[in-house]
Amino acid sequence: MTGHLPRPARLRPADLLRIGLIGPRTRRLRSALSALGIALGIAAVVAITGISASSQAHLLDRLDRLGSNLITVSPGEGYDGTKVPLPREAVTMLGNIAPVEQVSATADTGANIYRTDLVPSNQTNSLRVLSARLDLLRTLRGQLAAGRWLDRGTERLPVVVLGAAAADRLGVTRPGTKVWLAGEDLPGAWYGVIGVLEPNELVPEIDDSVLVGTPQAVRALDGARTPSTVYLRTHPERVREVQEVAAATANPAQSSTVAVSRPSDLLKARTETNTALTGLVLSLAGVALLVGGVGIANTMVVGVMERRGEVGLRRALGARRGQITLQFLIEAVLLGLFGGLAGAAMGVVVVYGYAAVQDWPAAVPLAWVVAGPAVAVLVGTAAGLYPALRAARMSPTGALRSA
Amino acid sequence: MSESRTTGESRTTSESRTTSEYGRRQPPVLLLDKVVKEYDGDPPLRILHDIDLTVARGELVAVVGPSGSGKSTLLSLIGTLDRPTSGRIQLEGHDLTALSDRQIAALRARSIGFVFQQFFLLPGLTTLENVATGLLYTGETVGRRHERAVRALREVGLAHRLGHRPDQLSGGEKQRVAIARALVGRPGLLLADEPTGALDTASGRGVVELLLQLNAQGTTVVVITHDRDLAASFPRRIGLQDGRVEFDTGNETPAPEPEPVSGPGPGHSAWRRPAQEGTA
Repeated sequence: MTGHLPRPARLRPADLLRIGLIGPRTRRLRSALSALGIALGIAAVVAITGISASSQAHLLDRLDRLGSNLITVSPGEGYDGTKVPLPREAVTMLGNIAPVEQVSATADTGANIYRTDLVPSNQTNSLRVLSARLDLLRTLRGQLAAGRWLDRGTERLPVVVLGAAAADRLGVTRPGTKVWLAGEDLPGAWYGVIGVLEPNELVPEIDDSVLVGTPQAVRALDGARTPSTVYLRTHPERVREVQEVAAATANPAQSSTVAVSRPSDLLKARTETNTALTGLVLSLAGVALLVGGVGIANTMVVGVMERRGEVGLRRALGARRGQITLQFLIEAVLLGLFGGLAGAAMGVVVVYGYAAVQDWPAAVPLAWVVAGPAVAVLVGTAAGLYPALRAARMSPTGALRSA
Repeated sequence: MSESRTTGESRTTSESRTTSEYGRRQPPVLLLDKVVKEYDGDPPLRILHDIDLTVARGELVAVVGPSGSGKSTLLSLIGTLDRPTSGRIQLEGHDLTALSDRQIAALRARSIGFVFQQFFLLPGLTTLENVATGLLYTGETVGRRHERAVRALREVGLAHRLGHRPDQLSGGEKQRVAIARALVGRPGLLLADEPTGALDTASGRGVVELLLQLNAQGTTVVVITHDRDLAASFPRRIGLQDGRVEFDTGNETPAPEPEPVSGPGPGHSAWRRPAQEGTA
């Protein structure tokens, strides 16, 4: 015997990586396109979950600022389906509940608002003109986008404060503009806009409203003397107790006709409906990943066919079947990984962009940014298995001869 | 070892000559003993019939034969890319029948350097990387692989082409790179399959000269070719016809070319007339 039998050698990880990169390096466009499918799938997951999380973060952020201790009390329906108005004393009675710290209310008026006196009376823009107590802004923790809130002087004058959506629909952006208030039984009159409110997610009904001081409303706009909605700020830890007694306190005679709600619950429910959307998107992303995987498998099968000569050569240079399998498997895994990383990056960019446009805090779903490429690697592995085994099964002689 | 009837004498002659000429007591680089290769079929297709062949260290051998004579199959068997149906092959003293695929792959990585007609250079890699790939499956570190690749490229006269890619090289240069890749691991046997087949005459001559020069420096070279002109410049020629050894000139100085069809290697005892029957 001449010398010892050489020992089978393993490929080093760096060498495996190097030969796994040969395919992507020499067939760049094709590799990029095949990784694109995976990338889009991962990007969709990251973007949608990120946008959903950002929106949720934004709502919770707002909720924090607006407080979850607001309760609204409004007229419900009686037995005959008509609204049963709250008694006039409801505001005082509700304000006397011990844990209630602030109370305020709005009331209906008989007026509609128009941009000018030339607008046909049926074009109300679905806006309501309400009378507001002076403490409404503080109770709702509302913010002014521009101008001023009502005060003891202006509550008796023909001036209005516009909710955010109302200002938007009327096309009024700054105080000082004149608007036309008129109703069926009311002579029209010009009112001056003195303030515009920021949107308030807790009380979207205020966004659609035009607020007038109570004395002015009662005097000139056929303002109701019974409240349409009573807003209560309670002690943060005693919201439930207040909720339970609010109906009976507001209308002791007909407590079942009183509607009591906690707007923050609705807001939270809104963040939860997003989960349903996320499920849908995830299944779509799953389909995208599957298609991406098929794309990688296709690229790999074609690549293996084209590279029969290389397979034969490598066997001639001493590569074992397992090392050929590994080479092509690594190539497929790398394609998946590149796709996954690119997709995660694209998703993050989309989340930041969307959040910036919406003025939300960007919530990047870290779990998905990490899981995305991991899933992509799995998809790449699955996609590469068959082509890699096929390459390894080739007879070296046949591979060399057919190339 | 059981000697076969007709060629036993030849091997003995060849071996004794080897020992006397090179003064070494080493096993032959390559030894084929009654090697048969059949492919599945009904009846099985017998490509090689009882091939006996010995190549001693330092020899330069041309295996010639027309297409269909079994050259490629013989190349696969010598190159350990395929196993014989029966018979025994020894490579550098290791009996291949006793080895697992894994062990054979390791042996192949160390002991055989392949040169192909189509070069099989990897398009994305530089000349240096292509040559270094010749050591990839031997377990050497990348630094050591590159170091040896530079040396091999210097030997084939391409030290100035290290960073070029295959598509920037001429055909002759490509084959030199392939030869450098084959010899970078200092294999016991350099196995070339039609090394000049894809080259023009001048480049082909350059490649042959390179092979002769490498042999002069001690490399054992077996060239498989259908080109009798090429074979004529080699000291030992083995003729294949219909899967049998038609002639074997033994290790002599280059002799006049044998007769085209059945002419024996002049004055060589090992030559025997092949049986013509029963072959495809």
